[in-house]
Amino acid sequence: MSVAKRNYPKAWLLVLPVVLMVAFNAVIPLMTVVNYSVQDTFGNNQFFWVGLEWFEEVLRSGRFGDALGRQLLFTTLVLLIEIPLGLMIALGLPKSGWRASSYMMLLALPLLIPWNVVGTIWQIFGRVDIGLAGSAINAVGIDYNYTQDALDAWITVIAMDVWHWTSLVALLCYSGLKSVPEVYYQAAAIDGASRWAIFRYVQLPRLRQVLIIAFLLRFMDSFMIYTEPFVVTGGGPGNATTFLSIDLVKLALGQFDLGQAAAMSLIYFLIVLLVCWLFYTIMSVGDSQPDTRQ
Amino acid sequence: MKFRKILPRAHVIFILLPVYWLVNMSFKSNQEILSTLSLWPQDFTLENYATILTDPSWYSGYINSLIYVLLNTVISVSIALPAAYAFSRYRFLGDKHLFFWLLSNRMAPPAVFALPFFQLYSSIGLFDTHLAVALAHTLFNVPLAVWILEGFMSSVPREIDETAQIDGYSFPRFFTKIFAPMIASGIGVTAFFCFMFSWVELLLARTLTSVSAKPISAIMTRTVSASGLDWGVLAAAGTLTIIPGMLVIYFVRNHIARGFAMGRV
Repeated sequence: MSVAKRNYPKAWLLVLPVVLMVAFNAVIPLMTVVNYSVQDTFGNNQFFWVGLEWFEEVLRSGRFGDALGRQLLFTTLVLLIEIPLGLMIALGLPKSGWRASSYMMLLALPLLIPWNVVGTIWQIFGRVDIGLAGSAINAVGIDYNYTQDALDAWITVIAMDVWHWTSLVALLCYSGLKSVPEVYYQAAAIDGASRWAIFRYVQLPRLRQVLIIAFLLRFMDSFMIYTEPFVVTGGGPGNATTFLSIDLVKLALGQFDLGQAAAMSLIYFLIVLLVCWLFYTIMSVGDSQPDTRQ
Repeated sequence: MKFRKILPRAHVIFILLPVYWLVNMSFKSNQEILSTLSLWPQDFTLENYATILTDPSWYSGYINSLIYVLLNTVISVSIALPAAYAFSRYRFLGDKHLFFWLLSNRMAPPAVFALPFFQLYSSIGLFDTHLAVALAHTLFNVPLAVWILEGFMSSVPREIDETAQIDGYSFPRFFTKIFAPMIASGIGVTAFFCFMFSWVELLLARTLTSVSAKPISAIMTRTVSASGLDWGVLAAAGTLTIIPGMLVIYFVRNHIARGFAMGRV
């Protein structure tokens, strides 16, 4: 096919700026976090070694477990809604022309709104007194108030995330669908394939790669969500929508509990890395199976 | 009409409704917002926009945000270009591990880094500068830029490089005269995503600034005052933050789909 990659040790020079930049931004702060996580202080910048105490405390306290549970539930729900919905939207989009590019622009709209503005938009939209959705739902006779009822707060936060991110899944799937050659559809039509058969045997195999990416991206980003729910619910009512990042910021910048916050950061980061690595490995095992396509 | 044709329309309406409500509210006075619920402004006013556009402490937020976003885009793309070329063309010691290490930074929750970043940038004297935010945002934008550009570059056959070499092109000349124009749309798409992720981020931008480089999203929290929230100004400020994004989308509208596919964003 193409010329093989050449062995070229000096390529390191080309990568060096990126490595230095990312090392500066990632390694130094990470070391700071590790440093805090094994020390305690009584102020005056005097630190002393406490070993793994903070980690034990974080894992033993119910607080981290609760936030993690809420986080997992949120991420699962968001993935269950956004991936199928985005895929179905992509299947219904026009293939080309001005209508296709108008759809692209409208779908991309929520992706480019600053995250706190996304929160503001939904706050304004959902409030019972001044919001369109909030007052409409109450006018129909359903009792809805996201600032007081935990379930309503959850529905609002999930609806907001679906509003914000389904477009990303839809755009990814759409770009995957565009890579299906027209002759495949013609062949399927000659065979008299049903819509389902076309989807299952022509479109889905081509979508595999983008679906993996969509899944991983949505997993990572929903697991780190902070700004949007913070603006809308502030983590409440009570602790109902306090997800991991919100809890972490409360601990670090609110209570200035550095040791515990650092230990929590590391556990948090490790969970994200582990889950991504697991999915990546499981999904790329499927990749190495013999390909039935050409 | 078939369900699969209706679904995209329904979703677009779902996207537009909250935005419509925001824009609608931005043209209302605060009194009207709190007293009546109407589908369009009864008493149309530009007062809220005037408040923002005449007060430097408001509009400087937009300028600050745009400065660090553009700075970040330039830095990210220019250092990612050679790296992406190396990943797409050469094998070298630790290349695969390096690639995944870079990507793992895309998975780091910004909340984890907020406090250490504050200390790091304070200690080197960059706190409250545009450069600090631009550099901090490279944490997630550089890995992303390398990833997208590598995808675009790998789709250019390697024979091109060798032919150019035989024809006597030096590497820098080959890169700028031949290679860069071939992946121009890829560079555009990469810049788009760097712009996007830097523009929407708040947590790090807010942590690293206090006065002179404060982003608009942080200034918006000012609308909370003793007399309650100034909803009208908040809505106007929100509406204004949507505009730069819409302009950028307009320019890349025909490349978005391709960019997503090539770039595996």
